[in-house]
Order: sequence, then structure tokens, then C-alpha cells
Amino acid sequence: MSLQSAPRLATPRSRTRRASNFELNTWLFMRGSGLLLLVLVFGHLFVNLMVGEGINALDFAFVAGKWASPFWQVWDLAMLWLAELHGMNGLRTIINDYATKPHTRLFLKTLLYFSAFVVLVLGTLVIFTFDPCADAASTLEVCRTN
Amino acid sequence: MWSWVAHRITGVTLFFFLFVHVIDISMVRVSPEVFDEVVATYKNPVVGLMEVGLVAAFLFHALNGVRLILVDFWSEGPRYQKQMTYGVLVLFVALMVPFLIRHLSHVFGG
Repeated sequence: MSLQSAPRLATPRSRTRRASNFELNTWLFMRGSGLLLLVLVFGHLFVNLMVGEGINALDFAFVAGKWASPFWQVWDLAMLWLAELHGMNGLRTIINDYATKPHTRLFLKTLLYFSAFVVLVLGTLVIFTFDPCADAASTLEVCRTN
Repeated sequence: MWSWVAHRITGVTLFFFLFVHVIDISMVRVSPEVFDEVVATYKNPVVGLMEVGLVAAFLFHALNGVRLILVDFWSEGPRYQKQMTYGVLVLFVALMVPFLIRHLSHVFGG
């Protein structure tokens, strides 16, 4: 396989208006968030599915135990925001590639941004407002006062 | 070309799963009983097999993503892109095998 050099183009003499760096920034974000997500999701899957009893250990008490620690709260919050924004941008690219009619694009993107908003708000609220002892009859260890 | 197609398909799959996953985890704010009921569906053998597909989608997307980053930022990246594709597949199998053994024994072993 041989590499061909592109034909030489004249250097642009002036910019009529300031170019936006939006697409460059999202391109960089995809790579940066991707690397972080590799670590975050790998750790998430390892702790929840591989360690101990794996999936059979997952229940309310398991989540209560994890979110009792700020470490896992921050971990899950970072994973939520990075994954949702990474996925939202990926789907935005796919809509731009395949949806050609302006109305279809507007409809699909509105749906996309709305769903991303719902997921981010709901997920963030759940992490911050979770109270394992909301049920007064709870027998969980963290809920015992004495 | 096929890596590119697979990267898109796995990406869309993961995006839709995240949507479902945030909603099912939010049941933790409803009540412990409702949450445990929802989590029980994840332990169903059929859903257990879908989790294998989900982890496979994640592993491929993550490993292929690292390859894309190397193609973009490493000066020798484009030259070795094909070898790196084989590397992605080898690592994919190397990580999938231990996961399959452990997860399927949890799902079917009780």
C-alpha cells in the first residue's frame, strides 16, 4: 500500500468570519471522555459482575453499601455524565450522517437532547438524594442507630 | 471499514442501554422492594445472555476506541492500524473468555 500525497492547495488569504471550534472540541471530547470511560466502566463492570457473587449479589443493600461511600458516588456521577454526553455526541454525529431532511434532523435531535436531559437530571438526582434508610423498618447495617 | 460499522452499532447499543439502566437504577428511590424486583430481571438467564452481548459491545467499543486514538495521535498509528485491529480482536477474546466463564456460572449456576 503506497501513500499518495494530496494535491497542493493555495493558502487561504483571509477568513470572512471567525470559524467555530465546536466540532474540534467535540472531537477532542470524544477521545478524552472515551479514555476516562474505559477506566470507569471497566471498574464498574469488574466490581459489580466479576467480584464475589457477581450479578447474584446485586440488590438494594448492595447499592446502599456502595453509595455510602463518596468514592463510588463520584465514580458513578462521573460515569453518568461522561457516558451520556459521549453517547449524545455519538448519536448527534450519526443523525448528521444519515438523516438528510431538515425536519427529520430537527425532530431526532430534539428527541436526543430531551432524552439526554432527562437521563442526566434523573441520574444526578438519584445519586445525590439516595437515602438507604428512607424505609424506617430497614434492617440494613448502615441504618442501625445503636 | 467493518471496525467503523461495528463501532457505530456498539455505540448506539450502549447509548440505549444507558437510558434503560439509569431508569431502572432510579427505582432505588421508589422502594427497596421495587428495586429488588427490577434487579431480579437482570438475573434471568435470557437477560443474563443479553448482558454478555452488552459487555461484548462495551469491550469492542472501548478497545477499538483506543485504536482510533492511536491512529489519530500516534505518528506511526495509521501505518499500524491493521495490526492494531488484530490487537483489538485478540484483547477482546482475552477479556471476554474470563468474563464468560465467571458471568455464565453466576447466571446458570445459581
